[in-house]
Amino acid sequence: MMILSGDPPRSRALSVLLVVIIAALAVAPFVFPGAKAMNVATKICIFAALVASYDLLLGYTGSVSFAHTMFYGIGSYAIAIALYSLGPNWGAVAIGLAVGLPLAALLALVIGLFSLRVEAIFFAMITLAVASAFLVLASQLSWLTGGEDGRSFQLPELLRPGTVIIPKDWIGVAVNGRTLTYYLIFIACAAMILALLRVVNSPFGRVLQAVRENRFRAEALGYRTVFHLTYANCLAALVAACAGALNALWLRYAGPDTSLSFAIMLDILLMVVIGGMGTMYGAIIGATIFILAQNYLQALMSIASNAATEAGLPLLPGLLHPDRWLLWLGLLFIFSVYFFPAGIVGRLRAGAGRAT
Amino acid sequence: MTEVALPEALPQPKRDLLPVLLPVMLALAMLPLIGSSSSWVTLTAASFAMGMMIFIMASGLTLVFGLMDVLNFGHGAFIAVGAYIATLVLLPLASWVQADSLLTNLAVLLPAALAAMAVSGALGLVVERVLILPVYGQHLKQILMTTGGLIVAEQTLYALWGPQIIPLPLPSALRGSFILGDVAISKYRVLAMLVGLTVFAGIQLVLNRTKIGLLIRAGVENREMVEALGYRIRRLFLGVFMTGSALAGLGGIMWALYREQVHASMGDELTVLVFIVVIIGGLGSIGGCFIGALLVAMVANYGGFLVPKLALVSNILLMVAILMWRPRGLYAVTSR
Repeated sequence: MMILSGDPPRSRALSVLLVVIIAALAVAPFVFPGAKAMNVATKICIFAALVASYDLLLGYTGSVSFAHTMFYGIGSYAIAIALYSLGPNWGAVAIGLAVGLPLAALLALVIGLFSLRVEAIFFAMITLAVASAFLVLASQLSWLTGGEDGRSFQLPELLRPGTVIIPKDWIGVAVNGRTLTYYLIFIACAAMILALLRVVNSPFGRVLQAVRENRFRAEALGYRTVFHLTYANCLAALVAACAGALNALWLRYAGPDTSLSFAIMLDILLMVVIGGMGTMYGAIIGATIFILAQNYLQALMSIASNAATEAGLPLLPGLLHPDRWLLWLGLLFIFSVYFFPAGIVGRLRAGAGRAT
Repeated sequence: MTEVALPEALPQPKRDLLPVLLPVMLALAMLPLIGSSSSWVTLTAASFAMGMMIFIMASGLTLVFGLMDVLNFGHGAFIAVGAYIATLVLLPLASWVQADSLLTNLAVLLPAALAAMAVSGALGLVVERVLILPVYGQHLKQILMTTGGLIVAEQTLYALWGPQIIPLPLPSALRGSFILGDVAISKYRVLAMLVGLTVFAGIQLVLNRTKIGLLIRAGVENREMVEALGYRIRRLFLGVFMTGSALAGLGGIMWALYREQVHASMGDELTVLVFIVVIIGGLGSIGGCFIGALLVAMVANYGGFLVPKLALVSNILLMVAILMWRPRGLYAVTSR
């Protein structure tokens, strides 16, 4: 209980689901050693942490930010640029983190102080504008960021795939630098999610929820809501930047499409809402479902699309084309806001509440 | 005999002209920086035309927010839909578009614009009923719902038309420029200015001279009171929403012709620009939106000419500067 900060899943089905997901992720390098499966597992870890940090904003304070990928991108680029220009060593990783994390927090502070004073809507619009400017900036300052091509770099010796720690003939699966990187990411992301769970269940987290429910009243009770909201914004930005740094370490690359694009922002939004806003566990569920769908649903859609083409149906092949999977997720998103605004986690918890 | 003091005239709302002067001052301040007066005129005309197009797209958004406190993050979808519908009319009639006569060109442009407005207006009806009505009064859900709507609309456009960029050539009579001395102003920009000014004048006339306009303005100021007086403000709002969507569609076709291409992602790109304009102008203010659109276009054009690298972030800098001066935008209409 201590490690979950006294906020257990509160639903048997949810607990089982979480245990299955986490266990699968924990043993992924040994059970699913393929390159694609490993990429999916890593992406689930990183996005679970990223989405959890976004949930701190969206679910717990009720403010919609469109700049979350900007912080994610700052983390990615900080690592990429440091390792690219200083060479593959641990000092460069440290410098990247030492520059990237404070930069993200500072930017979040400025945006927060600037726009969180007024309505949530204002914050949403300002973050959208700032994030789009940042995206343009990152793709134009090619001397620093590599422009549209981004920056590829080499990892420190220990994390490279070539570094064999346990050879393949010992236990059947090779443990190499890649496996080590995966566990580094897994542990870091788990730590970040647990830390966020700690934050939302602290007195500070309670104030955030009070602000979400009734800002005027929270202010009347004597809380400086701007301070609380800005603080939450900075925390979320820090976690997002860390997630971005981990993502860059895994991909050995940072570019506009993998870390900054508006599409990722929409993905995060979909994951939070589908998983369940304001629950933290929703982040894990949402990220898992979304990324599995992203990687495996498309194959299914391609089969359906081909079948529709063969059957000579009009329009359907286009709508079922694998590239259009976002269309169906967008519809799912609208339906979840409509019918179960608390997402999957809220649904499962409500079911558990009725049963007892 | 004691003099009876004449009753003073009703207190008029104080006129606030400073924001109106802002674009003029900006334009004049740029004259010495740019140096040559002919390029200054060209740039100013270009900014004016671009500003008008942005204004057409943004006007609906600001009114909808002012009247009903609804912020539509899917506004860009109407812009893109308008542009795609225009291609349905313009591409099959390409021979008319390429005909070397202004009348033939306009005879095909006009129905294209009307079709674009009709379809995006009708889409506005659906969006309002399906997406906005159920979450009325809940900001967070509105943002989520309309963002979802934007994704679905954009993906549907991709599914129906494919992911490629569709080229949309300008009608031949609108290509080229008017040349006065050493000043060149492209013909299409003149058309854009005319359309923009007409829309602005039309909106102002409706708002200030008709009963519906009176109700809209009253609704912006105090919705409950208008409802208490027995007007069905929901229906009024639906009308405003549809008009706003139709205007976005019109802006979409104009922007598509200006860029001479159509792409489903144009909705996202323009959403950001339109938001900046609406924030600068003050949420809910048509006049502010007009000035905001002009300022954004001027900064983009002058900035692009003087310091091309700066043009990338110039909009944000402009927004920050304006909000430092007036935190609620140039003209804050609502108290919300």
